Amino acid sequence: MAPIAAPDQINPGIEDVLADAERHHHGSDPIADQTMVINMGPQHPSTHGVLRLVLEIDGETVVSMAPDIGYLHTGIEKTCEAKFYQQVVPLTDRIDYLSPMTNNTAYALAVEKLLDLEIPEKAQWLRVLFNELMRLNSHLVWLGTHAMDIGALTVFLYCFREREQLLRIFEAVSGQRMMTSYIRIGGVSMEPPLGLFDDIRAFLLDFPSKIDEYESLLQNNPIWINRLKDVGHISREDAIALGVTGPVLRAAGVDFDLRRDMPYSSYEKFQFKVPVSTDSDVWARYILRMEEMRESVKICLQALDGMPEGRIVADAPKIILPDREQMKTQMESLIHHFKIVTEGFAVPAGEATSSVEAAHGMMNYYVVSDGTSKPYRVHMRNADYANLQALETMCKGRLLADVVAVIGSLDIVLGAIDR
Amino acid sequence: MSHLTDFQIFLILSILKIAVVLVITLTAVAYTVLLERKLLGRMQNRWGPSRVGPFGLLQPLADGIKLFLKEDLMPMASERPLFILAPIIALSCALISVAVVPFGAVTRIAGVDMFDISDINIGLLVILGITSIGVYGIALSGWSSNNKFALLGSLRATSQVISYELALGLSLVGVVLRAGSLRLRDIVDSQAGHGLFSWNLIGGGQIIAFFIYLMAAYAETNRAPFDLPEAESELVAGYHTEYSSMKFAMFFMAEYANMITVACVATLLFLGGASSPFGNLLPTPTSPIIAAILPIFWFVLKVFSFLCLYIWVRATVPRFRYDQLMSFGWKFLLPVAILNIIATSLVLALRG
Repeated sequence: MAPIAAPDQINPGIEDVLADAERHHHGSDPIADQTMVINMGPQHPSTHGVLRLVLEIDGETVVSMAPDIGYLHTGIEKTCEAKFYQQVVPLTDRIDYLSPMTNNTAYALAVEKLLDLEIPEKAQWLRVLFNELMRLNSHLVWLGTHAMDIGALTVFLYCFREREQLLRIFEAVSGQRMMTSYIRIGGVSMEPPLGLFDDIRAFLLDFPSKIDEYESLLQNNPIWINRLKDVGHISREDAIALGVTGPVLRAAGVDFDLRRDMPYSSYEKFQFKVPVSTDSDVWARYILRMEEMRESVKICLQALDGMPEGRIVADAPKIILPDREQMKTQMESLIHHFKIVTEGFAVPAGEATSSVEAAHGMMNYYVVSDGTSKPYRVHMRNADYANLQALETMCKGRLLADVVAVIGSLDIVLGAIDR
Repeated sequence: MSHLTDFQIFLILSILKIAVVLVITLTAVAYTVLLERKLLGRMQNRWGPSRVGPFGLLQPLADGIKLFLKEDLMPMASERPLFILAPIIALSCALISVAVVPFGAVTRIAGVDMFDISDINIGLLVILGITSIGVYGIALSGWSSNNKFALLGSLRATSQVISYELALGLSLVGVVLRAGSLRLRDIVDSQAGHGLFSWNLIGGGQIIAFFIYLMAAYAETNRAPFDLPEAESELVAGYHTEYSSMKFAMFFMAEYANMITVACVATLLFLGGASSPFGNLLPTPTSPIIAAILPIFWFVLKVFSFLCLYIWVRATVPRFRYDQLMSFGWKFLLPVAILNIIATSLVLALRG
């Protein structure tokens, strides 16, 4: 029998991994301790994109772990500095690609703060409507992939059936299914087409029964309950210390929701509950997000019922692109259009931040202007990055299968982590 | 055929039987894959394969050609002989157990029973024994590929199969007690009296044993919800991560062949085998050809239903966690199986 090959012959990169493990794992030596270092990702099916986890496992138990990010680095933050303010909007779509309009909103809010723009009420309500639809979209993908990671294949396809309807709505309103760029600086890009609100209403009235359908597949299933309950626990203090936000934080017992606590875009005019739990396990996060979906439906219906009339963009001709009709008939509009497209618009020097409650948690945009038409710096703070930090706390000492469940419950999007 | 001795006739007919059964089983394996994909697709709101041939019926052929033409990769650090041997063990063990399955009524040609390759008086033990040997295929594949995911997968599979083997075996004891024999034909005959109502599942009072068998069988074949060894979300592909081309196909076929074996055993032991579910309600067919074919039809129908159940379960339930799986097997299934044996033997003893 051939002698067993030395580790370095098996995997040329093993030294790096071992060194990594040693650095992250407080100097423990995986070989001497009879533990095994495995690389989960970046091409692993359940790391939701390209997350790499260096796991040190003892049998099936996770001894320590280190997330390694950066495989989806796109340089969007840096690219923003070379674009006009209005050209940054499509870039933000691609940060958290499951809720592009939420990204747009956060960016638009920050720039509008710098410009001191007054946003018409209808635009604000449209923003609320589509932000909540985006939350549904994101939560549907979360539920589908989370269930699929735990082995319930069918839920995934059911979720995508409903998501398809949502994507059609997004396409109808913006012309794009995913990279919508619908919410712009100063308002929204287009008036929603006739009849769209009826379609949205029909979808929303039907949707709670679909949530019941998912729950009928999962909620009472003992396997599902056993896989989720008491898994991935994090204490309230740890969650706050690690900067965790969103459903993960609310599941840890912190009643914090920016939509209610720091209302933006006239969220203060809507009635909704913020579900909170104190269990702080994967199960609590699951229940919480299901509740959030129901609440989002209510918010959307309120937005449809009370949708105000009026303009959809701010009255600022030097910043907002003019109407096509006006552009062709009025010289001044033509000049504005030409100027905005060719040299952008100057934004007063200063800095501004905006905070938005995205589906994954708190989303902050920090925009610095030096008075020119291109941002000096745009920084995005997404909840995913901070939430991922909590992974080790949640998984240490648990089984390998729990890591998958916990990653699912954190609901991370690698696009939002690497930027 | 007067110039042939009895032994020669037996030999020729046996080889013929083996060839026919092997071809049919392998075809059935291929079409079980298609059945699963179609059925799963419909349950999940999509079409399943529909492009190759009418209703996608030629899909297994296309899959087979694709797998044959794929490059056969051999990892550098693998243990070559065992790496090659593992899929062979897995597939051949899965296929051999079909040899003792009686899939029709006793029909003799030249003194040889045509619908049973070999009628052994310990048929049930042979099936259990051979399926256990199949574990070697999984264990060796994981170890010889020198891949951590494969190793974890094969460790999981081995411990799972060994644990559930016990519950599986014990769940069958009740049936054996009722029939008073390990011979599969005797077990079938013991349920043939009044059709549906004398099946072990219903009339025989072995319903608990049936459900234990069902769960243990899912675990034994590494299927959902016990598909931990190849849990794609945790272990990529489990023990066959490093396998490609036909070696992978052999594992794949072994899995489905095992499903068919398990379905056959369930049919024989709990669903009355090749006997009619209507008992004596249907008139006894007069034509010898119909009399030979009808039992095969019942048998295939029962196996098919059992396979559909398999697929339905896969579309419905999530996956167990490793420790939960173990405690479920040892702390729940095993004691219940033992209680079932005690209850069955008490009833049989009291009845005299």
